[in-house]
Amino acid sequence: MAAVRRLSLSSSAAPLRRLLILRPFSSSSADDQRVLTVETSLPFIGHKIDPPSRSVDTTPNELLSFFRDMSMMRRMEIAADSLYKAKLIRGFCHLYDGQEAVAVGMEAAITKRDAIITAYRDHCIYLGRGGSLVESFTELMGRRSGCSRGKGGSMHFYKKDSGFYGGHGIVGAQVPLGCGVAFAQKYSKDENVTFAMYGDGAANQGQLFEALNISALWDLPVILVCENNHYGMGTAEWRAAKSPAYYKRGDYVPGLKVDGMDAFAVKQACKFAKDYALKNGPLVLVQSYDFFEHYKMVLILEMDTYRYHGHSMSDPGSTYRTRDEISGVRQERDPIERIRKLILSHELATAAELKDIEKVVRKEVDEAIAQAKETPMPDPSELFTNVYVKGFGVEAFGADRKEVKAFLP
Amino acid sequence: MAAALQTAAALMASSNLVVNSERFRFGSLLRSPAGRKGSVLVVKSDGRHSVSFNAGLRAGHLITNAVAAKSEASAKSTDSKPGHEVLLFEALREGLEEEMDRDPRVCIMGEDVGHYGGSYKVTKGLAEKYGDLRVLDTPIAENSFTGMGIGAAMTGLRPVVEGMNMGFLLLAFNQISNNCGMLHYTSGGQFTIPIVIRGPGGVGRQLGAEHSQRLESYFQSIPGLQMVACSTPYNAKGLMKAAIRSENPVVLFEHVLLYNLKERIPDKDYICCLEEAEMVRPGEQVTILTYSRMRYHVMQAAKTLVNKGYDPEVIDIRSLKPFDLYTIGNSVKKTHRVLIVEECMRTGGIGASLRAAIIDNFWDYLDAPIMCLSSQDVPTPYAGSLEDWTVVQPAQIVAAVEQLCQ
Repeated sequence: MAAVRRLSLSSSAAPLRRLLILRPFSSSSADDQRVLTVETSLPFIGHKIDPPSRSVDTTPNELLSFFRDMSMMRRMEIAADSLYKAKLIRGFCHLYDGQEAVAVGMEAAITKRDAIITAYRDHCIYLGRGGSLVESFTELMGRRSGCSRGKGGSMHFYKKDSGFYGGHGIVGAQVPLGCGVAFAQKYSKDENVTFAMYGDGAANQGQLFEALNISALWDLPVILVCENNHYGMGTAEWRAAKSPAYYKRGDYVPGLKVDGMDAFAVKQACKFAKDYALKNGPLVLVQSYDFFEHYKMVLILEMDTYRYHGHSMSDPGSTYRTRDEISGVRQERDPIERIRKLILSHELATAAELKDIEKVVRKEVDEAIAQAKETPMPDPSELFTNVYVKGFGVEAFGADRKEVKAFLP
Repeated sequence: MAAALQTAAALMASSNLVVNSERFRFGSLLRSPAGRKGSVLVVKSDGRHSVSFNAGLRAGHLITNAVAAKSEASAKSTDSKPGHEVLLFEALREGLEEEMDRDPRVCIMGEDVGHYGGSYKVTKGLAEKYGDLRVLDTPIAENSFTGMGIGAAMTGLRPVVEGMNMGFLLLAFNQISNNCGMLHYTSGGQFTIPIVIRGPGGVGRQLGAEHSQRLESYFQSIPGLQMVACSTPYNAKGLMKAAIRSENPVVLFEHVLLYNLKERIPDKDYICCLEEAEMVRPGEQVTILTYSRMRYHVMQAAKTLVNKGYDPEVIDIRSLKPFDLYTIGNSVKKTHRVLIVEECMRTGGIGASLRAAIIDNFWDYLDAPIMCLSSQDVPTPYAGSLEDWTVVQPAQIVAAVEQLCQ
């Protein structure tokens, strides 16, 4: 039976739960199809748009998969931390722990044919898009079977077959790229959207507003997602932006402020945004824009999130914020804990079972690391591969030209 | 000469494409590769080619010349049909139009390319023919629309991005360097960027310093980028078509002063090889390497030189990155003296890199130091007389050759 009820996350153990007709997850698979309704912890705030409802439908499967995926992402990032300190990962390493809800919630709302593009904090988005732990770790360690063959590194994870366009080191440069991907989607008439993600630091880049203007002008199916973790490396948002309400900075473009530590809020917002970008849902614009004949438009989502680590491994993360702040967020808003509480209160699994899941995840991560450590470095000849595409293009010739073969139609 | 042709059908067979060809309902143009028999064209470096094919060859065949063959002296030309006369900007437009007809993924982005017809009329009439989704008027936001072109190219579209003046693309330098040039490498080969970035550059008629920039010197170090410079209507059309068909990102440098050159070009479908240099005037005594507008100054100087009894060999290098060291090398081995005439500035220009490349590869064949005539290291002044002094003039070329051949 589908028992649908609202659960307010602020309420913790309530004796009433014992009387519920819900059975524990482990005892029956018929429960997997059950629809649960969860309420997001905070309401959405809209800018020139009516925000979606706070009630999100989910299933036990989804809840458990959220837990598992986020635990895996968390574990991967913490493992990457140790690997960096062991000097197996070099260069820049930007860790995503604390922000997992954004990656997982977004994936739940979209398909692999929608595209995601993000900046350099991309390990977990890559996992969410279907990347494997082994490929991630081998790429981080610069080995030959990494997702970019060891030639990209932490900031350049890509997965073309599932629509993940990277992985970009220069702040803000990925937003025009993302709008270009959306343009191609519109050109080919797929009914897909692109999520162009950026941070609060990149929100002050000019090219972002340029791309936003063009996207709004050309009706591109792009959603700009600002992952606001409140610090642009060492600079707090209030020191960098005159107006830190990033969801409002689109001006004529509607925006939505979302609690980025709540995977269900993220899921709801992304679903809403995808519908909006493809003009599927009915909506009302708050102001009267009589001259807009069409409602399909770009949307800005601001995800209010937080990163526990510093900006990168070279940044301790505590010179510009207090440890109390970090531990405060960890206690009150941690995304994994939130899902854990939800699962426990719906009695979908016991605490011991969840601990087991975490143990399994930890083991998987450790195995992936061990496998990655065994993988060899790229061959020296790889230095010159993939500079140009072969075919109707160039080989870097020496003084003697080689014959070139081509195919006629 | 390696003139390799890869058609849309062959490209569609590659697995890098995301765009579904059926959606464009383009009919027979995008035939499924299963219906074709493979055929191989092997083109050797001196223009001989042998073809072995089973079936399905198109009726016409490819013109493989680097240089437009005049109809009177058409010894090398494989087809003696007379062509038609065009101005250079019309040749560029023809190239664009033919490629847009051939491949529905080709689109044009730039400022005023659509309804206005292009500030140099290169895209005139294309918006009416192909619509606003394929010929896109962008706002004045080079950084972002170049980035958008690159993002679209990542999915398989083939945008042609126009900088109204090449100098404006300095605003998009980050996108061109980091994303355009490097994404193929940093993604381990997953993404190709088949974009063409084109626009007029070079010193014009008193346009001022900011509108007279030569960006080839800034872009030449970007790995993964290919650069070509056109100089005649024939090679403008050929290079445009080749650039659009190439899977690599190509920057096509046009010149503001060359748009009204007139020439008779073939009616047939032809392309110019992107990596190949053009032999303008064969000679025995000294090799003059040049490109773009300076080719005409060199040819003017060549007339004077021939009257004075010299025999210069003039090569339009056309491919600025990578250099066609084969053609250049053969020439150096023959003449043993090199003069480079370029419009870039002396410091860090194409000439500087070319000099280094020749010294590295052909040192033993040189009888004299390589001379390089470049523009002065100054912002281009507005005054006409000063502007003339900034660039290389034919008289200086004559003097340089005389000095070289002493």
